[in-house]
Amino acid sequence: MIPPSFDYVAPKTLSEAVAVLGQNENAKVLAGGQSLIPLMRFRLAGPTLLVDLNRVEGLSYIKEDDGKLKIGAMTRQSAVEHSELVSTKYPLLADTVKVLSDPVVRNLGTVGGNVANADPVNDEPATMLAYEAEVVAMGPNGERVIPITSFYLDLYQSALARDEILTEVRVPMPKRRSGGAYLKLERKVGDYATAAVAAQVELDEGGNFASVGIGLTNVGLTALKATAAEDFLRGKAATDDNIRGAAKLAAEAAQPIADSRGSEEYKRSLVKTYTVRALRMAIQRAKGG
Amino acid sequence: MSRHHISVTINGKIHAADVESRLLLVHFLRENLNMTGTHIGCDTTSCGACTVQMNGTPVKSCTVLAVQADGMEVKTIEGLAQNGNLHPIQEAFHEKHGLQCGFCTPGMMMTSSALLERNPHPTEDEIRHAISGNLCRCTGYMNIVKAIQYAADNMAEGV
Repeated sequence: MIPPSFDYVAPKTLSEAVAVLGQNENAKVLAGGQSLIPLMRFRLAGPTLLVDLNRVEGLSYIKEDDGKLKIGAMTRQSAVEHSELVSTKYPLLADTVKVLSDPVVRNLGTVGGNVANADPVNDEPATMLAYEAEVVAMGPNGERVIPITSFYLDLYQSALARDEILTEVRVPMPKRRSGGAYLKLERKVGDYATAAVAAQVELDEGGNFASVGIGLTNVGLTALKATAAEDFLRGKAATDDNIRGAAKLAAEAAQPIADSRGSEEYKRSLVKTYTVRALRMAIQRAKGG
Repeated sequence: MSRHHISVTINGKIHAADVESRLLLVHFLRENLNMTGTHIGCDTTSCGACTVQMNGTPVKSCTVLAVQADGMEVKTIEGLAQNGNLHPIQEAFHEKHGLQCGFCTPGMMMTSSALLERNPHPTEDEIRHAISGNLCRCTGYMNIVKAIQYAADNMAEGV
């Protein structure tokens, strides 16, 4: 299917992109295009102007700086997948990109797009919620930093203003005795998650949870942060009983709807099981295993 | 709506054209240039039949605008054989019966030839992972995997 007509510009700089975005109420940013172009072909999105970021220099990088892993918005998922830094120090993110869509799509799909799209089916939002990441947004009045915990407002709605562009995602550098994992059930490679769970933990010297982040994919109108489960675990021993208690709370936090991927009950049960497994894996990795 | 003058190098040859913003790369190849080797399968960014290489990287050409390919190097299935000699991956699909109906084959070859450029000695797992965005409904993938292994061995020996 061919999309309806639209105008297209490919600015060379971020400030040009922000300016042109501000001039057209019905403009949309084109990053990797792997969600947006299909949506336009199905007439589910109908922007009259696409502002293509692919020709803007300097938006593709993965680096550690100032206690954060900084990922440029136009960094391709395949670059994250093949990053030595990510695979050695950020196992939760490494797990996530391996199961995000399929390898050919990951060659174009971007981190910025996955995060900014505010679609609950995307995988990186839950991961960023578990990491308590931040995003950087550039608008006509300059840059601002938005905590991911206040970024997702509703289905396809983020805290980005209409004339703002997400330029960077910042993941806190993991402290000692930290680990994470992402577990996703998908019917086939490239499918959205039936449900998926992102877990990031830090243990203290005594083996108790110093910090816990749990994010849920595709069981609500936005990616969800299972805060009750996180609160329950903080300060407690990393035992299986406690993990099971937290998983029950995570399943209660999920708001799945029945669809071709399964019933509400099934998905809730899946969240519970995957929360247990993701936490166990995260703990194992935090202990260096 | 807006039209754009683009110039794309396809299989080493420059093609210039005026295109609408909404023209997809796969339609530019098939309809403007009559290069029908690149197939349209699902039209939903799922099947990978339309895979081409853009600056050496496999991409689904049904999910790229033609205007985005301006200034890029695109390689399609028509560009694999050189001077009438099959590319080792084509030779291998022939030898190992890596296709039945042939619909997924151009995409399979564009993805797997790019894999072998990046990773000349992939394990079976790496091969299966690399082609997991390309769907085949005939072969069960067994012979496709064998063909890619065969091509890797031949390319390593310089055959």
